[in-house]
Amino acid sequence: MEKHLTHIALFAALIAVLGLVPKIDLASGVPITAQSLGIMLCGTVLGAKRGALAVLLFLALTLAGLPLLSGGRGGLGVLASPTSGYVIGFPIAAFVTGMIVENWRAPILPVAIIAAFLGGLVLLNTIGILGMAYVLDKNLAEASLLALPFLIGDLIKSVLAGFITQAIARMRPDALLSRS
Amino acid sequence: MLALTSPIQTYAHRLPTGLKLALLCGFTIVLFALKSPVSLTLAAFTLAALIATAGPQFAHASLKMLRPLIPFILIVALWHVITQDPGGAPILLRMITAVAAANFVTMTTRLSDMIAVIEALARPLKPILPPKTLALAIALTIRFTPTLLIRADQIAEGWRARSPKRPGWRILLPSTLAALDDADRAAEALRARGGLG
Repeated sequence: MEKHLTHIALFAALIAVLGLVPKIDLASGVPITAQSLGIMLCGTVLGAKRGALAVLLFLALTLAGLPLLSGGRGGLGVLASPTSGYVIGFPIAAFVTGMIVENWRAPILPVAIIAAFLGGLVLLNTIGILGMAYVLDKNLAEASLLALPFLIGDLIKSVLAGFITQAIARMRPDALLSRS
Repeated sequence: MLALTSPIQTYAHRLPTGLKLALLCGFTIVLFALKSPVSLTLAAFTLAALIATAGPQFAHASLKMLRPLIPFILIVALWHVITQDPGGAPILLRMITAVAAANFVTMTTRLSDMIAVIEALARPLKPILPPKTLALAIALTIRFTPTLLIRADQIAEGWRARSPKRPGWRILLPSTLAALDDADRAAEALRARGGLG
């Protein structure tokens, strides 16, 4: 029990730390950051339930007023901003990513990459685009254009999440709670 | 780690957190229901006046908190100029006002008070999430964040001692493994002190 708690807290902190990695800003303003890599890893390493809990813990602290989102953002304003869809999608993405890794008993590398891709790229961007479309009052095609430049970065992050998960499975097999 | 709470003490710091959150909720719902530019402008000015009552320094800080919105403001403005659609102004007004209002509550509420609200909201979950466990999880996350940064710095230094290249994503894995070991040790320490039970 204690181990599950400390690992959930650790991954919540990991999302925060990955948000501090210097961002590359592209034209449409959603910064490319390593933060969604943290979301993917929560799912692939901790599994559905614990992964989502770690993300919720991170979000609770962010909304409470710690500037943990990429670019030093935080506080309740996050929920009203155009990127609110991504924030709301974070725990859902981690949960779905984790569910795929838990249930698809194939070698961890391809499973983790595909799970991170489906949860952290496809699903997260879908919810994020819905949020941007709502706040900016644009249709879905227009809002998708804003997300388009970031998909390449997300694709790289999915692959990276897969390799990190595989490495953890090899070097710290006990830490791979999604498969235990 | 610095919270976003404003160090400039205002009268709003002394209001109860629950009241501020309820007012914010109401304000945001009304804001998203308003359609006409006139009423949205009115709402924006009301909020601006409220922020101004907290003093010029505070107002300046609130303005700075809106900086992440700049790219969206530029894009939406550009879009509506190109398509010659006058509907852009209300969208931007609503977005900026909603974010500024939420920031006002964040800036005038201490982190500990917000966490108290989170713990109060989680109280109905008591059977599956004991309040003590939640409090411990929050404290551990706040503590692990600087620990993780230190681990990453140490590994980056080790990298620089051996390579002329800059340490990039390659330090991510060893940092994560080191942090996992830290988390295991923290779990052992917790168990040794009586655990979660």
